[in-house]
Amino acid sequence: MNIQKSPDKLTAKDYATDQEVRWCPGCGDYAILKAVQRTLAELQVDPDQTVFVSGIGCAARFPYYMETYGFHTIHGRSPAIATGVKLANPDLDVWVVGGDGDMLSIGGNHTMHALRRNVDLNVLLFNNEIYGLTKGQYSPTSQTGTQSPSTPYGSVDLPVSAAQFALGAGGKFIARSADILQKHLPVVLKRAYENHGTSFIEIMQNCIVYNDAVFSHFTEKSVAADMQIHVEHGQPLIFGSDLDKGLRLKKDALELEIVTVGKNGVSEADILNHDEKNRPLAMLLASMKPPEFPIALGVIYCDPSPTYDKAVYDQVESVKTKNGPGNFNKLLRRGHTWEV
Amino acid sequence: MSEVSAIERPEEKRDEVESAVVRFAGDSGDGMQLTGTQFTLTAALAGNDLATFPDFPAEIRAPAGTTFGVSAFQINFGARRIMTSGDSLDVLVVMNPAALITNLSDVKPGGIVIADTGAFTSRNLTKAGYESNPLETDEELEKYRLIQIDMSRLTVESVKEFGLSNKEALRSKNMWALGLVYWMYGRPRKASIDWLNAKFSNQPEIAAANIAALNAGHAFGETAEMPAEIGGYNIPAAEIEPGLYRTVTGTESVALGLLAGTQLANVGLTFCSYPITPASALLHQLAAMKEFGVITFQAEDEIAAVCAALGASYGGSLGITSSSGPGIALKMEAIGLAIAIELPLIIVNSQRAGPSTGMPTKTEQSDLYQAVFGRNADAPMPVISVSTSTDGFDVAVEAVRLATKFMTPVMLLTDGYLANASEPWLIPDISEYDSFETSFRTDPKNFEPFSRNPETLSRPWVKPGTPKLAHRIGGIERSDGSGHISYDPENHQKMTDLRAQKIDNIANYIPEQEIEQGKTNGDLVVVGWGSTYGPISRAVSNMRIEGLDVAHIHLRYIWPLPKNLEGLLSSFGKILVPEMNNGQLVTLLRSQFLLPAKGYNKVNGKPFLIKELEGAIRSELDK
Repeated sequence: MNIQKSPDKLTAKDYATDQEVRWCPGCGDYAILKAVQRTLAELQVDPDQTVFVSGIGCAARFPYYMETYGFHTIHGRSPAIATGVKLANPDLDVWVVGGDGDMLSIGGNHTMHALRRNVDLNVLLFNNEIYGLTKGQYSPTSQTGTQSPSTPYGSVDLPVSAAQFALGAGGKFIARSADILQKHLPVVLKRAYENHGTSFIEIMQNCIVYNDAVFSHFTEKSVAADMQIHVEHGQPLIFGSDLDKGLRLKKDALELEIVTVGKNGVSEADILNHDEKNRPLAMLLASMKPPEFPIALGVIYCDPSPTYDKAVYDQVESVKTKNGPGNFNKLLRRGHTWEV
Repeated sequence: MSEVSAIERPEEKRDEVESAVVRFAGDSGDGMQLTGTQFTLTAALAGNDLATFPDFPAEIRAPAGTTFGVSAFQINFGARRIMTSGDSLDVLVVMNPAALITNLSDVKPGGIVIADTGAFTSRNLTKAGYESNPLETDEELEKYRLIQIDMSRLTVESVKEFGLSNKEALRSKNMWALGLVYWMYGRPRKASIDWLNAKFSNQPEIAAANIAALNAGHAFGETAEMPAEIGGYNIPAAEIEPGLYRTVTGTESVALGLLAGTQLANVGLTFCSYPITPASALLHQLAAMKEFGVITFQAEDEIAAVCAALGASYGGSLGITSSSGPGIALKMEAIGLAIAIELPLIIVNSQRAGPSTGMPTKTEQSDLYQAVFGRNADAPMPVISVSTSTDGFDVAVEAVRLATKFMTPVMLLTDGYLANASEPWLIPDISEYDSFETSFRTDPKNFEPFSRNPETLSRPWVKPGTPKLAHRIGGIERSDGSGHISYDPENHQKMTDLRAQKIDNIANYIPEQEIEQGKTNGDLVVVGWGSTYGPISRAVSNMRIEGLDVAHIHLRYIWPLPKNLEGLLSSFGKILVPEMNNGQLVTLLRSQFLLPAKGYNKVNGKPFLIKELEGAIRSELDK
């Protein structure tokens, strides 16, 4: 630690600590760590102004591997702790890292409230649809029927969709990417960094030990083009190996449908353009599930609004302006006093 | 016991008395808390010493007229030092039958009971559980001097000119009652009139009606043909240390102390809390101090509140959270993290009757175990407690000092009684307090996050954002020095020992225990902590006047205990520990010192009465 940094450009390596990374070989977390380090280098982010906060779980070990300030806390509470960090020290860039159990199960409440308050945090949710660190129990994002040590006959409850949850909680920046998308992920991370407010990224991450290939139905090379749609603001919602498939609204229902350009009289003009400020559209995109639909990746929703931390400090300043700076002895003597 | 009518009579000479206990009791909607607060203010302005006991139901608006909807405010005020809100009542004002049935037994034999006959309707009598009107039939009432006045009717008449509905007019009857009691004790009305004008500045007709009712109640006292022995009283000013005074509740003094402490430490204050009775008022107080740069955060739950506070401390401000017993239980995992990573944090616990929801508005001091022992693993932290409503200021300053100097969470124990009870406070001058400036680490040379100050054993506090000091900490056991993750068995032993030593060592940095009253040895010492200070103090002084060999020790520091305490306690024949719990400090003292301390315990949601403690002291010395 405390590597003397050269005044020259920082590289991805400068954001890595000397600690041995202790994830399982082949874990998707390695790729995400690499993407984050590359992105910070690309942005030349000051490591001393950066804090990574995490809860408990495999993903939550992340801060130990980042040559920045880091705080590995307790299960589920990282959004609340990060909110406190930001309130005390609003100039910091604060990142929150956690898994689906950490942020949607035990800590779902805090995730919701960080989102609705719009605290200026970058939240990375590593979704592997399983509890890794406790050895493979099903998680709140596991598909119904998931067999695990705690559900030997298959889980019977319905999963939560991270992106839809975040939208429902009032999040202003909702994005999605995947561990293996090493070109796509940094672009999304960069957008998250540039957004002020709670920037929520669901990163589909493969757990090689307990839930291997759970996302292969849209990450495998053979199906990726048809099962992924990379959304970009202002661009048509087009996908497919021949880039001829697109999304449009059904005529008589508030639903999306897949159409093929050049078939049944469909032209490119019929394809819906992505509007990242459109919340109902974002909800439709976030809810798309393979194989019926491609999974939506990229910035699904971004409609910035004032951040909580800024509002808190603005209010303090306005009270100071109105009442004058605090005088403690005066405060003690406010109200009814009497001389004996 | 006949109804009193208003007939002119000459002003009589007032009897001078040393002190009096008055309780206003009525429906939760009758404004009893406001009435009591106004009476308190006026007593303070008259130079009396005083102590109050607001006692109200947990329900915000319990059904009108019911016994569980009764709200009461008691004040003991006098020309001498007042230690408690009073064992029994000289005057009880009841605004309805439910207030009478629930409060009558607290009146002294021969004490005055003033009843609003207008509210003794058959409907209200039934709701209170009376089969017939006790004012007419109850022999029990013959023990007291009963004054029956139709305050409801007289109030409505007094505000007639303001054109209010009957219901609106009746809202002023608390001011009518206040006016009458002001007359009884020869009190000026000005402060309350000023307050009414300010409070209702946007509704001048409501202000005027309330003032008219206040004046009418006062005039009634002056002119009514009251029973001969009730001629009005005079309670002279107490001999009080000269200076500028205000009244303060335990909540206000703690809020002010926390701000003062952070100013003396030159560190930011980030207060994160979740509403809970009786702790919420602390959040309200601090939220109104924004001109001092105080940051307040109403979190989504108790856990988020403590976590945000800890995050704030990590960020380089002093994180403070507050709650009451059940909420403190929810915070414990995060407090364990604060102990593990050794960051300052203050947890204010306004104790209430429990377990579980218990009786939220009633007081108890049953969280001592939770404070000292209530965490997983070996997780020690300092625990200090508030003894009186004014004491909260210095205790809160001390909490800030300990948290920042020793890089540790500190639990500050207060309780529901202190939170609401007020007493006069000689306003301190902050410039006379010694500052204890926090030193944040900025020097990167040989920096290790878990290196320690050899004297205090504290680790350095680093504000994120400080160049070249980036480091990682967390709840996994940290390697001594570097703070890196460590599963080394020897290291865990060492770190566990260090964490314990650091807290034990605080005993060298706190004052030695002093004796409140009595000699340093003798037959019996009464050891208390927290809000039992007042009744123990008065009971011990009364017993000493009777010639009993008894002393009083009152603890501010619960953990670690003062280092001379064992020696002090050993020099007494017997040790009696009164507590509003089932025996918690007594267990701590017995386990720490192997001394035969005995408990005297009560958990009925009310403070100790002086006479109860006198009885306990007598019986202990009789054995």
